[in-house]
Amino acid sequence: MTVAVVQFGGSNCDRDAVRALEYLDIDAERVWHEDGLPEDTTGIVIPGGFSYGDYLRAGAMAARSPIMDEVRDAAADGTPVLGVCNGAQIGCESGLTEGAFTTNKSARFQCEHVHLRVENADTPWTAQFEVGDVIEIPIAHGEGRFEITEERYDELVANDRVLFRYCDADGNVTDDANPNGSTHNVAGVLGERDSVAVLMPHPERATLPDVGGTDGENILTGFRA
Amino acid sequence: MTAYTATVTVRLKHGVLDPEAETTKQALERLGFELSELRSADEFEIDLEADDAAEAEQRAESMAERLLANPTIHDYEVSAAPAAESA
Repeated sequence: MTVAVVQFGGSNCDRDAVRALEYLDIDAERVWHEDGLPEDTTGIVIPGGFSYGDYLRAGAMAARSPIMDEVRDAAADGTPVLGVCNGAQIGCESGLTEGAFTTNKSARFQCEHVHLRVENADTPWTAQFEVGDVIEIPIAHGEGRFEITEERYDELVANDRVLFRYCDADGNVTDDANPNGSTHNVAGVLGERDSVAVLMPHPERATLPDVGGTDGENILTGFRA
Repeated sequence: MTAYTATVTVRLKHGVLDPEAETTKQALERLGFELSELRSADEFEIDLEADDAAEAEQRAESMAERLLANPTIHDYEVSAAPAAESA
């Protein structure tokens, strides 16, 4: 039983994800995308990075690689899938989740700590939280602005698919606390099942105590559920 | 079979923010140009062999749907014409 951290050419958060998971006593291994998912896969991380150099659109190429068929099948069967940063872009591009992540409103690469408000605490990723809890996690992206039509957004909200929103330290969801111009401050969303989630912030960079905050830990423990 | 060049133009849907275009507009204004708005688009030229222009367009449209455009944020246009004689 292992969490497969899927590595594409240009992934660069795969080692961090394995290290953070192993620190939490969750067995994890890097899996080269051409090798397919191991038979004993019990969870999947699509890690951050710049797969295929962000050519065309961030995540567009990786989303159409054969292993994503396996990931979609596993997700449909209930295997937990977490897409982080470039993995979130790949998740949206591959149809695992709704919407799209595109160029930041600032047109700049944003690398900073942000606050997130938990919007749905009834998922493996947020079971340790209550709705309204505020956590601090870093972001590092140039294309993290969540875009979706208003109609689809209303469906997301109606179906409780919004997982996290950018907020200030007190949990207020404001324009000032929105680092990239995301629609309604959305930082992370769920797929059809609660066990499938994508988010732009990096929980694996906020798990090991030696590198700062540990608020990401309670997201990654979703793989234990 | 005839050689065609299909052109796929992909642009952001009306109303979707385009920070790169806004930055480009500001750079033009700094150079002293006067302009009201600037929009950018990606254009793909695809050389392919097809029975007629309609088939070439249809295949290019499939490419746009499957990869070149993201329907959440993009609209696209497709056209096809006999390929120009290579020089």
